[in-house]
Amino acid sequence: MEYKDYYAALGVKRGAAQDEIKRAYRKLARKYHPDVSKEADAEARFKDVAEAYAALGDPEKRAAYDAIGTRQAAGAEFRPPPGWNSGFEFSGRDAGEGGIGGGDFDASEFFEALFGRQAAGARGPRSHGQAAGGDHHARVQIDLKDAYQGARRTITLRMPEVDGQGQVALRERALEVNIPRGIRDGQHLRLAGQGGAGHGGGPAGDLYLEIEIVPPANFRVDGRDVFVDLPLAPWEAALGATVTMPTPDASVQLAVPAGSTAGRKLRLKGKGIPGAAPGDLYAVLQIALPPADGDAARQAYRSFAASFGGFDPRREREG
Amino acid sequence: MSETPRTLLEGVIVEEHVEFTLIELGRASGADAEQLRALVDEGALTPRGAGPDDWRFGDDALRRARTALRLTRDLELNPAGAALVLDLLDRIDALEARLRRLGARLAP
Repeated sequence: MEYKDYYAALGVKRGAAQDEIKRAYRKLARKYHPDVSKEADAEARFKDVAEAYAALGDPEKRAAYDAIGTRQAAGAEFRPPPGWNSGFEFSGRDAGEGGIGGGDFDASEFFEALFGRQAAGARGPRSHGQAAGGDHHARVQIDLKDAYQGARRTITLRMPEVDGQGQVALRERALEVNIPRGIRDGQHLRLAGQGGAGHGGGPAGDLYLEIEIVPPANFRVDGRDVFVDLPLAPWEAALGATVTMPTPDASVQLAVPAGSTAGRKLRLKGKGIPGAAPGDLYAVLQIALPPADGDAARQAYRSFAASFGGFDPRREREG
Repeated sequence: MSETPRTLLEGVIVEEHVEFTLIELGRASGADAEQLRALVDEGALTPRGAGPDDWRFGDDALRRARTALRLTRDLELNPAGAALVLDLLDRIDALEARLRRLGARLAP
């Protein structure tokens, strides 16, 4: 198991006051919170920061963490001696409710060894009386093609479950799900009864899948509308052409009008993401220049230039 | 190699076919009724219906409630702060969508 340097994660000294730790956490949380951050590794960074604050923000946990010594280097192999944390009892401020910074993060093995899984915010269901199971959430990535055509996806979930002894264990569960045609990025799919188990005869909770559409490289998605880059040769743009254009579910023939310019958008009505009100597909035109990598090619460019002697692209620029 | 056949689960698209009551949205989002009422007061959630008992939350209420809950918890924001962040995030999304329409590549 890897030792985690929580002080380094928050960028504070070991002797830092609680106030200082809180300030450092808040600043980093604003920077890396996955809901607001544009940093590439925001999710992983926030997880580290939240875990560090869950440990250091609570004086009891901080004392326990400090007690395992300062000689450990971050990332070094860490082997807890048997019974090493048995001297600590936690008042469990976070337990069950998901306290500040201790809500949803998947705690590292190190954190769980130190504080137990309960402290990491795995919410043990109330076991007394009849109660409905909790609703669960997971995120699923699909291809743009899947949104056009629908798809079957096998989804593997790891869910914390409480066994008969009240221990929390992660159990893997595979579900085969029908992704409906026409689903859009950011929408949620509700699978009734696939959430947490109910207690005392109560109904099971629901499972919500948040859909993330991952488009191919040249495609962009905005709600129902889809944009695709369409490169043209200069003569195709100038003279007009019928070209083959890729769409998410097939290729189509597209008539490019003469005199097309780079950046111009050609709309294919109703060819966006399907649905009762289907989106549109836009071809965003680009002009690709053939390379001048041989005598013949260079000569062609020279005679091209000679044919347009008066052309100054910096003067007569028109939309 | 054959696997045991599993039942194919059919889901419902929440944003199009589901309206939540206050209690249902609480269960689905993990927020408590108090927090949801505060978000309605701030205008961050806009249910149909006259009072809490009649409220029906549709469209992207689930996403907004979950985001607000995470912001409230992780950044220690109050409902007004969370509502402001939601509004600003909507504006950023709209601006980025316009940039994408113009063909710009945005950093992830």
